[in-house]
Amino acid sequence: MIIVLSPGFLTTVQDEGRRGYRAFGMPYAGAMDRYSLAAANLLAGNPPGAAALEMTLTGGSFRFEEAAYVALCGADMGAALEGAPAGNWAAFPAASGATLSFGPAARGCRAYLAVRGGIEVPAVLGSRSTYTRAGVGGVGGRALVEGDILRIGPAPSAGPLPARRSLPGRLVPPPCGGEVRLRVLPGPQEEMFASDGIDTFYSSPYKVTDRNDRMGYRLEGPAVRHKGGADILTDALAPGAVQVPGDGMPIVMMADCQTAGGYAKIGTVIGADLRLLAQSRRGDAVHFLQCPEKEAVAALREERAAYAAIRERFPDAGE
Amino acid sequence: MDTVRMLVAGEQGLIVEFGNAIDPVVNARVLRLARAMAARGLEGVLETVPTYRSLLVLFDPLVLPRERLASEVEGLLAAPAAVEAPGAGGNTVELPVLYGGEFGPDLAFVAQHNGLSPEEVISFHSSPAYLVYMIGFTPGFPYLGGMSSRLATPRLPSPRVKVPPGSVGIAGNQTGVYPLESPGGWRLIGRTPLRLFDVDAERPFLLAPGDLVRFRPVDEEEYWAYLQVEEIRAFERRGR
Repeated sequence: MIIVLSPGFLTTVQDEGRRGYRAFGMPYAGAMDRYSLAAANLLAGNPPGAAALEMTLTGGSFRFEEAAYVALCGADMGAALEGAPAGNWAAFPAASGATLSFGPAARGCRAYLAVRGGIEVPAVLGSRSTYTRAGVGGVGGRALVEGDILRIGPAPSAGPLPARRSLPGRLVPPPCGGEVRLRVLPGPQEEMFASDGIDTFYSSPYKVTDRNDRMGYRLEGPAVRHKGGADILTDALAPGAVQVPGDGMPIVMMADCQTAGGYAKIGTVIGADLRLLAQSRRGDAVHFLQCPEKEAVAALREERAAYAAIRERFPDAGE
Repeated sequence: MDTVRMLVAGEQGLIVEFGNAIDPVVNARVLRLARAMAARGLEGVLETVPTYRSLLVLFDPLVLPRERLASEVEGLLAAPAAVEAPGAGGNTVELPVLYGGEFGPDLAFVAQHNGLSPEEVISFHSSPAYLVYMIGFTPGFPYLGGMSSRLATPRLPSPRVKVPPGSVGIAGNQTGVYPLESPGGWRLIGRTPLRLFDVDAERPFLLAPGDLVRFRPVDEEEYWAYLQVEEIRAFERRGR
């Protein structure tokens, strides 16, 4: 068991997301930064999509009531195990009774804490991810609060806990935040934008506003001009879609995004790059780069290859 | 076929668009493709999301490249299909509704706005079979088509902070039911005791795209009886 001594700013249980129910209006939810979730799980010895904790901006403080094997990835929140620096992109044993504390992230936005065996909460529609807007999944469908008790699931493999280990440097992504470049596949409604509007979108810096959350990131910068109106007949939305409402300010849809929307979409941020925005915060700069589909698919292949490389290095990780 | 467009929605999304209107015939083509895709069971198709006039196909391009998916879709579209009446593929679901009173605080306004009596509003609202064009943007919310234009009423100038689940409302020429407690600007004319979305239920989503919905006016006694049954079911599920 893990006792939540303090939850931090916004900490939820997330896994790879709730798949297969968008036709019924159910968003995926799931980790905002899927690479960090997968890396943390694989380091901990779990399948890449297992349930872990996603902490936002400022991490919490947790006491282990049993010996556990813990992995940390994503934004560095200055983790300390019993007061000693615990590192990041690393896994280590935590003794029963030990406290693991986090502070604010100096840069980046989201950190992932995985434990061998996963965070054991009931699966709802096939996923343990928290979707707070409908009160579904995780711990009571909500963010963690002080005093919550988290159960640790059964370890995928028996045997003694490994010693401390770190992700090989080449598999650790560069520090997040500050300024990001997001590759975008044009469409599905690029034709609704004026050609100078499209130029503006791909050549201007945008800033992350304070209206950013698990549902979407609203950006501000030079207005992206439509040819005519900004509204379309409501159609389907998925994470990565860049909606541009009438004010010309792009909104990038994220993990919790609604399944349908009525604004024209100028493009879709490629899957491999969405984590970069998930690690951005208010004031960070965003540049959009037009990208051919081949490159987007290649980036996805590289991401999968990285998971395979981590698994090869730490073969106790599950499938 | 002639009007079908295939659009790119990221490297993992293909939109098959059949038109640009709220039209039961267009929607029937969307749902027919969704069913055909499900029956085909292509490896690499993750899920499909039907909307008014298009189907979003989410796929894994490392398993199923876009070109192959697109040609599979073309094959399914070319296959002869029996002409189906809109709603033919779905169920008809009856939603009991207690109209007016505290559950339908805007019934009088909707009546007055349209020069009708409250009884006429109830009668116009509960006579058609509404087509569920799509479900979204939140879990279980049905986009219904078929409301009488005589009931069209603008949204509230300022949305309510909390609309209770089950609330039946009108916004412009649309009618709908709130599955979750949420803020909302629809004019509320009644409430159904049935749960449109309940993760613990055997059928978590009461409605599916392509279903037909009928509203049946009930009195308070019947409303509370339904609600009691729903609560007993929920209690039993929690106990399991």
